[in-house]
Amino acid sequence: MDLSLSTRTVGDRTVVEVGGEIDVYTAPKLREQLVELVNDGSYHLVVDMEGVDFLDSTGLGVLVGGLKRVRAHEGSLRLVCNQERILKIFRITGLTKVFPIHTSVDEAVSATD
Amino acid sequence: MATVELRFSAQPEHVRTARLVAAAVARRSGVDEALLDEVRLAVGEACTRAVGLHRLNGVDLPVRVLLTEEEKKFSIEVGDEVPDEASGTAAARAEADDAAGRPHPSTPGSGEPGADDGDDDGQMGLAVISGLVDDVEVIAGPTGGSIRMSWPTTGPGDLP
Repeated sequence: MDLSLSTRTVGDRTVVEVGGEIDVYTAPKLREQLVELVNDGSYHLVVDMEGVDFLDSTGLGVLVGGLKRVRAHEGSLRLVCNQERILKIFRITGLTKVFPIHTSVDEAVSATD
Repeated sequence: MATVELRFSAQPEHVRTARLVAAAVARRSGVDEALLDEVRLAVGEACTRAVGLHRLNGVDLPVRVLLTEEEKKFSIEVGDEVPDEASGTAAARAEADDAAGRPHPSTPGSGEPGADDGDDDGQMGLAVISGLVDDVEVIAGPTGGSIRMSWPTTGPGDLP
């Protein structure tokens, strides 16, 4: 399965809905999307991972890269994820302390801190 | 002898195939259904690391994956053809480039591991593997390295 990406704006946030598998082959596509958004001035991103079937460390690297980019503009990058198998990899790598992880897009777009 | 042996050219697009094959053989060998996600992720990380090492060092040989059903366990070995010394040299060169602020000439922002801001030369992949798998061994040798991992099985023959 390939990676699917779609974006929409909710208030001052940009929601990136990701579906499929994020791995060494597909991660560059996600990176390009995040870079493009930041270059276009979207600094408050919500990455909705509910449709993600697989995530590996390459994907984590891209998300960390995205976070660095938005932070350079005092922005934010929030994740939406309820899937235990995806959350597990964030816990193993200690990234649950780095990314705010929300249970719904609504919660993520209204979060302020 | 391995139950299933897979060799693939060091291209990112083949890593998914390796994951699918490994998970299918693991299931067939009696690895608990609940562990299959771990198998998939661990073998994917190991293959991603091997692909990255081959590409970084310009090694034109395939990556090897050995899937072996043993008594009460299922083991996976992912082997690369990058000698210990060469992979060390590549890592050192990448570090030197980082220090000097130079871009890595062999990782031009393509799909290679380590090409993103989260550049780690496969270290995050190794961290994930060691966090996931209880029985894991990373071997570096003069002719190449390998990652060996195993999972317990409930015994073959449960599946048709």
